[in-house]
Amino acid sequence: MSDSQTNSVAFVRTDPIPPAAPPFTTSGPVKWAKDNLFSTPAYTLLTVAALYVIYLILSNTLPWIFNGVWNTSSLAECREVLQGVSGGCFSVLTERWNQLIFGFKYPVEEYWRPSMAFLLLFVAAAPVLFYKLPRQLLIITGLFPFVAFWLIWGGTILAPLIALAGFIAGYLVYTRLVTFSFAAGFFGGIAAAFVVWIVGGELIPEGASENAWLAPVASRDLGGFMLNMMLGVTCVSLSLPIGIALALGRQSDMPLIKWICVVFIEFIRGVPLITLLFVASVMLAYFFPPESSTDLFVRVVIMITMFSSAYIAEVIRGGLAALPRGQYEAADSLGLDYAQAMRLIILPQALKISIPGIVNIAVGLFKDTTLVSVISMFDILGMIRGPILAATEWNGVYWELLGFAALLFFVVCYGISQYSQWLERQLATDHR
Amino acid sequence: MTTITDPPQGAFRLSMLINDTRYRSYTFQFIALLALISAFAYLGSNLFSNLAAAGLNISYGFLGTPAGYDINQTLVEYNSQSTNARAALVGILNTLLVAFLACVTATVFGVVAGVLRLSNNWLVSKLMSFYVEIFRNIPVLIWIIIIFTIMIAVLPGPRAFRGDEPEASMFLNAIAFTNRGVYIPAPVWGPGSMLVVATFILSVIGVFAYRRYATKLLYDTGRLLPMGWPSLAILFVPTLLIYFVMGMPIGLDYPELKGFNFAGGIKVGGPLIALWFALSIYTGAFIAENVRAGIQAISKGQTEAAGALGLRSGRIMNLVVLPQALRVIIPPLISQYLNITKNSSLAIAVGYADITATLGGITLNQTGRAIECVLLLMLFYLTISLSISAVMNVYNNSVKLKER
Repeated sequence: MSDSQTNSVAFVRTDPIPPAAPPFTTSGPVKWAKDNLFSTPAYTLLTVAALYVIYLILSNTLPWIFNGVWNTSSLAECREVLQGVSGGCFSVLTERWNQLIFGFKYPVEEYWRPSMAFLLLFVAAAPVLFYKLPRQLLIITGLFPFVAFWLIWGGTILAPLIALAGFIAGYLVYTRLVTFSFAAGFFGGIAAAFVVWIVGGELIPEGASENAWLAPVASRDLGGFMLNMMLGVTCVSLSLPIGIALALGRQSDMPLIKWICVVFIEFIRGVPLITLLFVASVMLAYFFPPESSTDLFVRVVIMITMFSSAYIAEVIRGGLAALPRGQYEAADSLGLDYAQAMRLIILPQALKISIPGIVNIAVGLFKDTTLVSVISMFDILGMIRGPILAATEWNGVYWELLGFAALLFFVVCYGISQYSQWLERQLATDHR
Repeated sequence: MTTITDPPQGAFRLSMLINDTRYRSYTFQFIALLALISAFAYLGSNLFSNLAAAGLNISYGFLGTPAGYDINQTLVEYNSQSTNARAALVGILNTLLVAFLACVTATVFGVVAGVLRLSNNWLVSKLMSFYVEIFRNIPVLIWIIIIFTIMIAVLPGPRAFRGDEPEASMFLNAIAFTNRGVYIPAPVWGPGSMLVVATFILSVIGVFAYRRYATKLLYDTGRLLPMGWPSLAILFVPTLLIYFVMGMPIGLDYPELKGFNFAGGIKVGGPLIALWFALSIYTGAFIAENVRAGIQAISKGQTEAAGALGLRSGRIMNLVVLPQALRVIIPPLISQYLNITKNSSLAIAVGYADITATLGGITLNQTGRAIECVLLLMLFYLTISLSISAVMNVYNNSVKLKER
């Protein structure tokens, strides 16, 4: 081959030709479109159909959104401004904003209290949601329920303080006794908490709520999206521990405990939430002592918590069943007792597996809080269908109001599901 | 060396109830039983003292008294003088009707959306994930109300169909979409129509018999009979022949505008349509996710192995991928059906007379028998749920991977 390097040839190219750009149709957006949109005649047809659907949706909604009117005081004025042009009458949102968010009976001058509680919710939720944040922030999470209760309902500060004191006393007793045995610590802690609550409840003077720092607000005055958020947050956080207990009970070797849990779970899962809400609104009051008057909010919280804890129990049971048998046996062979094995080995893994399921239940539960409008509580849907659409000036503004409610729910639920997918990726410790 | 430590043989001591694992579980169960009994006793005594204080009792006598209200959509004979039990029956049938309709359409929506979401067509798959996300993340109650509002606000009233140049006209001169509901033609069963129906049922059986015979022939001899067009022929030709021989006994009763409303035909009420459509499009989004997960759960190796055996792509889908995917898809699909049945109780929000609206709504409010009504309501839903999950367990056992 060395011959070819002699100068017998007049011209030899010594440097390579610069690479030519690929043909127009095999690169860039054209190729992408060809591959992804028009690869076969059937796909072309599908693409055209999809484009038409998108055009239909956008051509109807975009002008409606962009021509929207934001600052009139009634639907009639809106129509005057629009003069027949397609456009949304979003002024109902600005004018009735407070009603949509807080309900129509919450005192106006106290709106800062639920708003503050809402902001605090983010601070309190942050260390739970993002485990890389400093653990000391969990103290805020622990304090949040009491602060939020006090902010939203107002009244004497003694009530949340005594509730908090009960928890602290229970925790102290638990840490003291748990070295002896878990059962002693657990039941001792509960007993201590109850002692503090009962003694403390006697200590609150009559009429303490009259001249409290924050004016008391009755539960029936709560409403709007605030009510949905409160029901959702309260019931999900209450139903997690109950759900874990039910799931463990269902796996138990003790037949009686197992059957109590099975009957409870299957009963709750077999009936629609709305019948349970009927129970809360018309039936549950019969089961309380005659002199007590438990308000509707508490009764609804009880029933929704029962509902979601049954579903969460099933999800966690799936997580428990997915753990290999070896994990249980390893715990036994280390000489751990039941409580230690569950706390240290089984539950951390089982809960990790069940995160997507639990989040699904939480999202479903949050959506289901709209059902309380059927038993005449004024959540956001109840507000829209009741006071706002019934008002003469806004009678007939369906799309703006329903669309706004839908948007609120979409933002929250979509956000939660995105978070859960992120968390799953973070917690994936298996090697793939 | 080989001594086995026997369990202590000593006499039973009281402390063993707590310290010995053999007896401890009995202690716990005994405590749980006591707690359960005392909880029920406490709730029961509260219930009875409350009932006594309010001068009430528990009695199901109200089921036999006249209901006194009208129901606009009924599947069985009913008027306002019928009993409350009859009203509850109407409600049960209405619940089952809307649940059945919604299950069918939700499956169709779900399968189409789930398959299209896996499509290579970027635009279509994005559009489908948009559909799934939008419908999964917004409460079904809002969807029911939105669709009901569309029915009321967008569709024309019956008066729009009147006059020489009506604003609205009937679809194919047979179906009228109005804001009171949709009017569709009703079949009229003339003499001899039973023969046509019987022929049709026989044809359906015949199709199954033919397909079974063809499969058996394929497995025994390797001969492949065509499946598609003979099935269609068996299904339709005899029935059509009998239909024309008998002189077209089955006719259609078209809805007609009489006075202010439509008469004739079958009226499908607006609430039913709103509930049906909302439930199917909402649950369809969930089913789409189940279908997608099911298909993606089948490893690519299965498809490639089937290809290596020389199967065509249609057969790969039918014989290899689908049977395995269905095992993953069907259990969540059935629990979605269960969800549809339970969500159909939201009918009360749009005034569709299902069991929740009749027994748990009007009857409860008129008679004041809250406890009895709610208990019966729960009993009904519990029966449905438990029977569906029994069916599901049978199915799960039949398709379970048989490991040897």
